[in-house]
Amino acid sequence: MLHESTVMKETDNAAERKAKLGVKLFFIYTIIYTGFVLIGLFKPELMGLELMAGQNIAIIYGFGLIVLAIVMGFIYNYACTRLENKLNKN
Amino acid sequence: MIYEVSNLAVIIFLFIVGLVLGLSFYFARKTKSAASYYAAGGKIHWAVNGIAFAGDYLSAASFLGICGMIAYSGYDGFLYSIGYLAGWVVALFLVAEPLRRLGKYTFTDALDSRFNAKSIKLAASISTLIVSVFYLIPQMVGAGDLVVPLLGLPHWMGVVIVGSIVIFIVATAGMTSTTYVQFIKGALLVVFSTILTFYILKNGLNLNPSNDYHQFNKIGAVVEPDNTIKVSDSTYVIASTQLVGNLTFVKLEKDGTGIWYKLGTNGDEAFLEEAQFITVTADGEKLYNGAPKSERKFYQVGHLSKIIVDGVEVDKTGPVGPFEFIQAIEKSEIVRFTKKAFNDGDDKVTVYFQTKTLGKDIMKPGLLYKLSKASGATFWNRLNFLSLMLALFLGTSALPHILIRYYTVPSQRAARKSTIVAISAIGFFYILTLYMGLGAMINGVLDVESSNMSAPLLAKYFGVGIFSIISAIAFATVLGTVSGLIVASSGAIAHDFIDNYLKVEMTDNEKVKAGKISAICVGVVAIILGILFKGMNVSFLVGLAFAVAASANLPAILFLLFWKKTTARGIAWSIIVGIVTSIGIILFSPTMWERYGLIPKDAPIPLDNPGIISIPLSVITLVVVSLLTQKYNATKDFSK
Repeated sequence: MLHESTVMKETDNAAERKAKLGVKLFFIYTIIYTGFVLIGLFKPELMGLELMAGQNIAIIYGFGLIVLAIVMGFIYNYACTRLENKLNKN
Repeated sequence: MIYEVSNLAVIIFLFIVGLVLGLSFYFARKTKSAASYYAAGGKIHWAVNGIAFAGDYLSAASFLGICGMIAYSGYDGFLYSIGYLAGWVVALFLVAEPLRRLGKYTFTDALDSRFNAKSIKLAASISTLIVSVFYLIPQMVGAGDLVVPLLGLPHWMGVVIVGSIVIFIVATAGMTSTTYVQFIKGALLVVFSTILTFYILKNGLNLNPSNDYHQFNKIGAVVEPDNTIKVSDSTYVIASTQLVGNLTFVKLEKDGTGIWYKLGTNGDEAFLEEAQFITVTADGEKLYNGAPKSERKFYQVGHLSKIIVDGVEVDKTGPVGPFEFIQAIEKSEIVRFTKKAFNDGDDKVTVYFQTKTLGKDIMKPGLLYKLSKASGATFWNRLNFLSLMLALFLGTSALPHILIRYYTVPSQRAARKSTIVAISAIGFFYILTLYMGLGAMINGVLDVESSNMSAPLLAKYFGVGIFSIISAIAFATVLGTVSGLIVASSGAIAHDFIDNYLKVEMTDNEKVKAGKISAICVGVVAIILGILFKGMNVSFLVGLAFAVAASANLPAILFLLFWKKTTARGIAWSIIVGIVTSIGIILFSPTMWERYGLIPKDAPIPLDNPGIISIPLSVITLVVVSLLTQKYNATKDFSK
């Protein structure tokens, strides 16, 4: 089976910068998610408005939130891996 | 509803269950130490762990519950998909790596790593146990719902079967076997949901879902000025009239059989539309459309009443693309079935009547969560929506059975990578839920008695083969998720409570034994609760588990990681306040009031989702108690 060797004690010089990046990305996503909730709360009729390609705001915003989470995940991983490689050389 | 049992379904079902049990036997021989029991020895590959994450997370609630909710309430069900996925952003960006650095086997280990305080061990182990049990209930309910059509067994037997198999899996091999069960199931679920979606799109939209779809009767009527109703077809006799709110139901009799109709109007014209109904007679007999269940008079329903493509009305669309499908539904008109209950003489009647709904209302929030002023939304309705979206967002990264999966991989980097694999697989699946839900809504497959069966019944519409596979996967879904939850619970009891809190001296072997005994006890409790909660939408129940997790655990995790002044007492008290307030609100909510047999409107707290109150309370408690107990704050560098 696919097993990897265990590294129990790790020192990670990149931890702090990764955490900062994580917090930044978290806030970006939270703002966009909050926007969705606020539209639902205060302007629900806006959700039914056709935005483009025959799709309404609810669909585009909803699908968008899902796709955005995936895309941001990849960006974060890319950035973190680079930081780890750079700062944990020794 | 009554279902045909197919041999193929039984064979595929037995095969998948056999596979799962075989894996457990295989790994049981390798599980000798506590580290391998609770955390699979930290040796799982990140890709396997990522799909296993998806397996853990895409529980019965996602597959059965969300699809069911979308099938009945449109976009409002999809809100769960959006919220459940958004929760992973919190998990990935804030929680995954630090938690992995701090812990050993359980979330309690991580919380306590800085303090070594008894109060945290106790509070965190209780909260793990409570959240896991809350999460277990819907899984067990879902399991019971599944075996009814699949194997033709009663609901309670499904619950007992799942409970027994899972206790066996967990008690034999712990986290390793649970991980591989989740990996297989997560992968199968995503693959076959994609296939099902492909079928839905290929099938397109059709006014007549199938040749044997029940054609609902519509009879002309006249409403006299004194509000008496006359039927234009004189062969029908009005046996009873019931006013429920602003709706009128009429029981028409012909040739000795009575059927309930709903009065509708179209301008000056009045008409009666056939409804489905369940009657419980004075002597306790349950009749479906006036006949015993075995006569199969109760139909699967849900259809389109108008299809419009490019401004033209058509009978069917033929195969469509994924965007065309949504667009076509948005422009069309769908018949949903809405429920009302009343007493007719000594009979307790529940009618499920046709509700024509415009596609554009289905494709935006509002059918379940009343939000716009036009639909009569109150302050509490809107608070409920906000509360749900908050709990879903914050709940994921506080679920103990998800958190323990950060300890099954060898490194922080692997923890992060497996989280990203999980987000991708889960995100893709959640997009599919919209198609599966809408597919079930329009293809005449819904069993109005149980929204949870929408996705498997849709699969049945496309053939017994895919139905059997999908049901078996759904069953494996329940098995896998329940196993994960039971491992988490047994960790809370045996590792956090008995070993660390009570400090009972145990050898490694005894620790594993304690874990297994705890697993059996939790399993038995889960079986009992699964039987008691029959009939509730599983996604709704999971929403509550999220609310409890987000209230009890998340403030503790985030403040520990990001606020240096956090103290042990602050954490312990915030967990306790989070549990007590969230469960307190749930117990006095309208939904539970209905469960107790009382009138939902009379519930003392008009809120179904507790997060909006309990999460802030938990945060305030943490901050205030921490500031008051600064002198006890042992500073220890935990950032590296």
